[in-house]
Amino acid sequence: MMPITLTVNGEKVTRHVEPRRHLIDFLRLDLGLTGSHAGCEHGVCGACTLRVNGKIMRGCLILAASLDGAEVETIEGLSESGEVADLQAAFVARNAAQCGFCTPGMVMTAAELLAEGACPTRGEIREYLSGNYCRCTGYQAIVDAVEDALRARGTTP
Amino acid sequence: MNEITPASIGLSREDLPNSYIGRSVPRPNVPKLVQGRATYTDDVTLPRMLQAAFLRSPHAHAKISAIDTASAKAVPGVIRVFTGHDLAKFCDPWVATLDHLKGMKSAPQYPLPLHRVTWQGEPIVAVVAESRAAAEDGVAALQVEFEALPAQTDMETALAPGAVVIHPELGDNLVFTRTAEAGDVAAAFAAAHKIVEARFVTGRHTGVTLEPRSIIADYNPADETLTVHHSTQAPHMMQGVFAKQLRMKEGDVRVICKDVGGSFGIKVHVYPDEVAIAAMARIMGRPVKYVADRFESFVSDIHARDHRIKGRLAVDAEGRVLAFDIDDLTGIGPYSVYPRTSAIEGNQVVNLCGGPYDFKNYRCTTTVVLQNKTPTCQYRAVGHPIATAVTEGLMDLAAEALGMDPVEIRRHNLIRDDAYPYTSPPGMRFEGLSHHASLDKLLDMVPLERIRADQTEARERGIYRGIGFASFIELTNPSPFMYGIGGARISAQDGCTVRMDPDGSIVASSGVTEQGQGTEAILAQIVAHGVGVPFNRVKIITGDTQTTPYGGGTWACRGTGIGGEAALQSAIALKQQILEVASAMLQAAPEALDLAMGEITDKASGKPRMTLFELGRIVYFRGDALPKELQRELVQTRHFITKEYPFAFTNGIQASWVEVDPATGMVKLLEHWCIEDCGRVVNPLLVNEQVRGGIVQGIGGALYEHCVYDAEGNLLTTTLADYLVPMSAEMPEIHVGHVETPTRESLLGAKGAGEAGTAGAPAAIMNAINDALRPFKVCVHEQPFTPERILRALGTIA
Repeated sequence: MMPITLTVNGEKVTRHVEPRRHLIDFLRLDLGLTGSHAGCEHGVCGACTLRVNGKIMRGCLILAASLDGAEVETIEGLSESGEVADLQAAFVARNAAQCGFCTPGMVMTAAELLAEGACPTRGEIREYLSGNYCRCTGYQAIVDAVEDALRARGTTP
Repeated sequence: MNEITPASIGLSREDLPNSYIGRSVPRPNVPKLVQGRATYTDDVTLPRMLQAAFLRSPHAHAKISAIDTASAKAVPGVIRVFTGHDLAKFCDPWVATLDHLKGMKSAPQYPLPLHRVTWQGEPIVAVVAESRAAAEDGVAALQVEFEALPAQTDMETALAPGAVVIHPELGDNLVFTRTAEAGDVAAAFAAAHKIVEARFVTGRHTGVTLEPRSIIADYNPADETLTVHHSTQAPHMMQGVFAKQLRMKEGDVRVICKDVGGSFGIKVHVYPDEVAIAAMARIMGRPVKYVADRFESFVSDIHARDHRIKGRLAVDAEGRVLAFDIDDLTGIGPYSVYPRTSAIEGNQVVNLCGGPYDFKNYRCTTTVVLQNKTPTCQYRAVGHPIATAVTEGLMDLAAEALGMDPVEIRRHNLIRDDAYPYTSPPGMRFEGLSHHASLDKLLDMVPLERIRADQTEARERGIYRGIGFASFIELTNPSPFMYGIGGARISAQDGCTVRMDPDGSIVASSGVTEQGQGTEAILAQIVAHGVGVPFNRVKIITGDTQTTPYGGGTWACRGTGIGGEAALQSAIALKQQILEVASAMLQAAPEALDLAMGEITDKASGKPRMTLFELGRIVYFRGDALPKELQRELVQTRHFITKEYPFAFTNGIQASWVEVDPATGMVKLLEHWCIEDCGRVVNPLLVNEQVRGGIVQGIGGALYEHCVYDAEGNLLTTTLADYLVPMSAEMPEIHVGHVETPTRESLLGAKGAGEAGTAGAPAAIMNAINDALRPFKVCVHEQPFTPERILRALGTIA
């Protein structure tokens, strides 16, 4: 077991973890943060997308033991801070979620696109979201929601 | 008549604020999804809960010679190890056949096999431990000896002399065969002006629910009850299955199904590993959790669509369809899957080929055979994409042979919109369809002239684009004719209980389930509409066998059509009951009162008379103030089942506009259209999203998704890097339109909408690719239409 101390959603946590414990399991099993999901556990589907030290990453490809001193943000943290409230509202308005399993990861990725302050086309939004699989919606409503949120923030014409 | 008029459901005006049917109301359960506050099965943790992992067969076919569990039991954290023999003492095997599928046979299946493994990935031994990691360590330590046996993997040779008979007690590998025949096919072909034929292949693929199959079973020996938290589409069916296999009473089994991370038919079947979990919980008297990992999903979730179809079509000189002659062959793995069976997909092909068209002569045979691969069963749009690809592929070949426009040959042959009721050659009864109205509406949306001009101009630049069309029918709102008459305990009926709580809140519990389609939003709209309250005053309960009326769940496009009608009828009954009580309080005839936006009003003037809050206060807390004989229970239950037609067929048409690169064989999707007639549209936003999502799953099967096996029966596509699913960048913009032909079977008039997209998309894409390839005089009929297959058709590669 390895001791780690890190910041998760602004709170300092200290735990002892097995070296093989992935970040997604650490969050879900050790901290009870079940908003991030394990979809494939090999870094393809994007359901476990999280923010580590300000950048989105795959929670299933990072070992918790490597995160001593890191700052981790999850969908729960972004929801509580209100950072993505507009994006989440756009997802609701556009019905950009069906089963919802991919949705937290999708919101994390879209939040990074919004934070870039760029002015992407629909095609560029689609490219940006390509690392996040959605099996239900066919993606169009998600692109609509992200486009709406970008427009509301004044970053898209 | 089932027109929803203000009078028909007792509303004062159709434009009342609480007239919710037909409105794009956002789903009330999406905020929790976007905030990570949903509760999927793996999010549930119970006291003393253990975790299971399975050793899965590395062979497609092998004898289990010996199982040594000692070293697994020695692994830290491992609590217990179960073999097939251990579980067979407590759990009965099942056989998946249906009586109405004449001659169907399959072998008994145990939760874990006793002597032999019959597909690579079959669960063999379960290890239960304090954590999943420890359970997997235990699996790694198991010592199992196999004697490899030859595997029967090719469906074409399954019935040939010398084939490996997978279950010797069955005599051969034939599970089921059926031929539907109408008219005089031989004479029609003899008299034909043109005959076209092709060999179609639909690739074996699977559902890839992003949330893998998940289950927690918890047996309490003190009160002898089994509680199962399950990611499923059919909680009541599973309640019955667990009770029967574990020799319990249904009343002692409770299935709870909170949020489900995608289903698409994958989560409506009985999986041996899930029954094993229930059996182990029963034996151990404590909760056991199992969540499939992605590798396990690929080898153990049901696969589908593994068909080879030879089709012929005869047309006359005017382009009239004279006859279809179709031979379908499908391999379903080593077992028919319980309880729906794996013969239904082939049976659907027989029922649905030629479906949109008016013709007399028909012959279609399906042959369903065993093979040593993952079992197949019902996946979204069961059989429809296969039948539609065959039908629409042949229609395009006929159009080309005749020199006819693909739109014109369809217009010429589609069943007339005034021809209903209509019975198709294989015996499907259509209450009312709108093929011509749908085609007209499609042509309003698709800029066909611009597309054809662009196509011609692009070809001159060496760019090959094509447009393809696919008319389709879809079977929805199934009656007991689907499964019940075959002996399966699968409910075609669904119920809804609607009650009013003291403060005027309305709570409705329903037997249909939510897996993301928006079932709960639709039910809330219908109940709000029926009772006469604001949408946000309605709470919906689904997914708990202990608190919802018995029902079938959500599959085969029945949530809105069946569950929605039960909700509407119970809501109207509750409204009537509320008005009876109000009339006693207000000294007014019930007919003179109305309920709108949560208030009792004077019907004539619309003047508010009493709030539901006040009515609730008196009924629940001052019942003494009401007349003694007054019925005052503010709760009503109604059930609904279709009675006149075995199925409510829907119809529609899709168009796909693609670009094929002849140098690389890559297909680029440019744009996609779908007109769909699901009867009454309760929520256009949600229906459109169902159609779009369905189309994208159809696109997956047409272009990317394929469970590839080697000759020995090893699945080669077991990661999401090998098995490709559609991603956002490759998907086109999808335009959806509606024609509404309500079913007269219900007041609501709704039919299903969830599978139409998947039914038609592969055929539309196939026809579009072949339209693009027309200058090369080649075509492709084998899905998925990979670059390799397109290059092979072009002769670029051998």
